[in-house]
Amino acid sequence: MKTKKLDGFMKGVFFVSALTSVLAIILICIFIFAGGVPFILDYGLSEFLFGQKWSPSNTPASFGILPMIMGSLAVTFGAIIVGVPIGILTSIFMAEFCPVWLHKILKPAVNLMAAIPSIVYGFFALQAIVPIMRQFVGGTGMNMLTAIILLGIMILPTIIGLSESSIRAVPRSYYTGSMALGATHERSVMRVVVPAAKSGIVSSVILGIGRAIGETMAVVLIAGNQPIMPESLTLGVRTLTTNIVLEMAYASGEHREALIATAVVLFVFILIINGTFLIIKKKGAK
Amino acid sequence: MKLKNSRLMLTIAFAFILTACGPVVEEESITAVGSSALQPLVEAAGEQYGAENVGKFINVQGGGSGTGLSQIAADAVEIGNSDIFAEEKDGIDASKLVDHRVAVVGITPIVTPGTGVTDVSIEELQKIFTGKITNWSELGGKDLPITVLNRASGSGTRATFEQWVLEEGQNSIITQEQESSGTVRQIVANTPGTISYVAFSYVNDDVEALTINGVEPTDENVKTNEWLIWSYEHMYTHGEPTGLTKEFIDYIMSDDIQATLIGALGYIPTSQMEVERDVEGNTVPVE
Repeated sequence: MKTKKLDGFMKGVFFVSALTSVLAIILICIFIFAGGVPFILDYGLSEFLFGQKWSPSNTPASFGILPMIMGSLAVTFGAIIVGVPIGILTSIFMAEFCPVWLHKILKPAVNLMAAIPSIVYGFFALQAIVPIMRQFVGGTGMNMLTAIILLGIMILPTIIGLSESSIRAVPRSYYTGSMALGATHERSVMRVVVPAAKSGIVSSVILGIGRAIGETMAVVLIAGNQPIMPESLTLGVRTLTTNIVLEMAYASGEHREALIATAVVLFVFILIINGTFLIIKKKGAK
Repeated sequence: MKLKNSRLMLTIAFAFILTACGPVVEEESITAVGSSALQPLVEAAGEQYGAENVGKFINVQGGGSGTGLSQIAADAVEIGNSDIFAEEKDGIDASKLVDHRVAVVGITPIVTPGTGVTDVSIEELQKIFTGKITNWSELGGKDLPITVLNRASGSGTRATFEQWVLEEGQNSIITQEQESSGTVRQIVANTPGTISYVAFSYVNDDVEALTINGVEPTDENVKTNEWLIWSYEHMYTHGEPTGLTKEFIDYIMSDDIQATLIGALGYIPTSQMEVERDVEGNTVPVE
């Protein structure tokens, strides 16, 4: 009898724990949207999303975030170009070609990369990539290319970790079957195992995109942060996240609302990315 | 086994609940939020005050002048710290706020050493920050392009600098922006030809402070208003302060703190100013 009571109580405890995360996401949604949507409606959705001028301190102030939207997209796209080939090739190597002793070093190294705080990546880039850029490109060395290279590195652990486990999850019979038909090890891996892991690999890329678009503290240090349309790799860029972190401390009134509205846009971006991730994962499961 | 496990969990759950109940002691505390430029001073003064008055705590948080002003306007904290007048900030109802000017901060343009320029006029600064002068050679320096670095929009340091350097209605060129004075100093130190501005206390050997019309950026010149680019550090209260809030502000304004701590941390004591300035920037001499 006593056991049953306890069981019931503990069931409740577990249920409440499970609800917490759901509740948190609902509350975040409500607060972000309640804070940002009134401003967007007031200022005008198209002026806000497609306005090319962000100058909150001018009179009259203008709050157009198109430069930041394009900045986020450009930097993320660049990071994908840099990070995805390296990431996927590394994961294939780690899963199928890597000697055991090397794997023992590589795996913890990749995990460590994922655990390094982003501000540390930022300092690394400020001390290492920025001076090199300054030498080769000129100017301050803080430009879109610097941000792209850094983000390309930062998304590697996400892509490598997930891709490797999805390659390893491919049933071994695929590989042995291919070998039995006379294919070489390389051919079996590249033509049979990797295609079978396709949905997992694509998912890893999408999570990488999510990481790149949401990255803040590292980017704010090295991107230059000019609110201008990204026209050249050698010019500075400002992303949605850095726009918020750069100005939130000083903002009040309409300016503050505009920054929360920026967060709404970012939130919608992340919803789209995660939605795509879920759809691809579901397709893969079928 | 199952029973044992659930008992264990129950014990842990209760342990968590019980740790929330500490002993009840008579304690008093207030919270000061806002300006990161003023934060070191309020923190140091708060610690000293807490050490001298047992059981009284001053919680100090950063967050920027905007945060300080909106929090104090909403009456959510006891003290709101700001680099700028509440009247200057949009969306802040300044009528209920009481201003306590605890210190003065001077702001100076800084450049990377080696530009060949050490003195500029206000007009030249204006042209640099509006993008009309783009090379140091136009000012008699080296043939080196000028890179302008701004603080983020809304920063108190930037607002003060632009108020005294740019003309009414003029806007700075769209350029690099950084969120803190420390980062600004580092970038200026490392990037040839860069110009920006920081509070006096941030100037070190890595960067070069410019003189303006031959006037050096020193505390003495700020006190006499010969150096124009300075601002008050405000501690705002919602209505006249009472209780611990009043005691703490009186403490910071006391001759003792004004004479020791404020100078030691790189601020200028308000009591030593020979001029007084209002929101519009008009100055009157203090007798």
